Amino acid sequence: MRIQKKKSGIVEGDLTPMIDMTFQLIAFFMVLINFTKVEQDQRILIPLSEMAKPPETPYEDPITLQVLEDGKVILRGMTLSMDALRSELITRRQFYQAQGVQPSDIVLIIRADKDLEAQHLQELIEVCQEARFITFALRAQAEEST
Amino acid sequence: MKVRKQGAGVQEEIQLQMTPMIDIVFQLLVFFIMLFKIVLPEGDFNLKMPAGAPREGAPDPDQLPPMKLHLFSHPSGYLRGIQLNEKSFASNLPIVEATDKNPYGENPQIDNAFLALRLHLMGVVGTDRGPNTRQATAEVEIDPDPNLKYQHIIQAITAISGFKDESKKTVKLIEKIKFSKRRPTS
Repeated sequence: MRIQKKKSGIVEGDLTPMIDMTFQLIAFFMVLINFTKVEQDQRILIPLSEMAKPPETPYEDPITLQVLEDGKVILRGMTLSMDALRSELITRRQFYQAQGVQPSDIVLIIRADKDLEAQHLQELIEVCQEARFITFALRAQAEEST
Repeated sequence: MKVRKQGAGVQEEIQLQMTPMIDIVFQLLVFFIMLFKIVLPEGDFNLKMPAGAPREGAPDPDQLPPMKLHLFSHPSGYLRGIQLNEKSFASNLPIVEATDKNPYGENPQIDNAFLALRLHLMGVVGTDRGPNTRQATAEVEIDPDPNLKYQHIIQAITAISGFKDESKKTVKLIEKIKFSKRRPTS
């Protein structure tokens, strides 16, 4: 009778289910990934509203003004005071008019912090009106109504 | 001398090396996880606000005169009172500050006050909808206290711009909304 010694081999776990789950996760993130550049400054917490609805068609060439709690305005990554914003908006208005686009057709998206004082909002609107922009979109976080 | 042939009978097992593939798969997973960003849905209130042009000619008796919505604030900026023309809907509202559990400082008394405002406007505007109806021509001018928080302005616009009926369909209320001129801070 020959007694065979069992060699202690290296035990490998079956990796197939783990690879399956990893592929599932990759597929999940690939489907959800969104490469569109969304202008959303994380410092700004916009108010909630059940009536705020996303626009049915995307705006053509909108200008997004992000307003911090202290009233400073961020336009295309630049933090501006009201005077600097005024001259920047006038420059843009002249650029659009040179292309034959009326400033009243340009939508100004205002993403303002919920704790912003009303006087800063009114001042911002007045500055935009001085630059002849009159179409505004006040942005709020869509809230499901109960 | 024994010569061993590597004959056709001997078959070598080809083992696939899974380790590099798993490495690359994990790299891809980390790449997509890093790029993943949760974007909450955001909606808009579209307002057309031309720089104050006074109405020309005699006022139309069939149209509602512009209504003025005063929003009063506490010194901290939280909403204290709501008044539409001469009618008051709330005064001395309590302050509910934002906390971790209530990040937006939701206050049921403010919600009730704005609901009363909305019901009043529904009665004023009527149920007719269309181009020349009271609803289409009704205008509200929002006059907030200078230090009032923006979230209360959005609450006011939410209350007066429309509502959702039983079938969750949006019914428009006031479409012409504008802001008053800045008042000097006291």
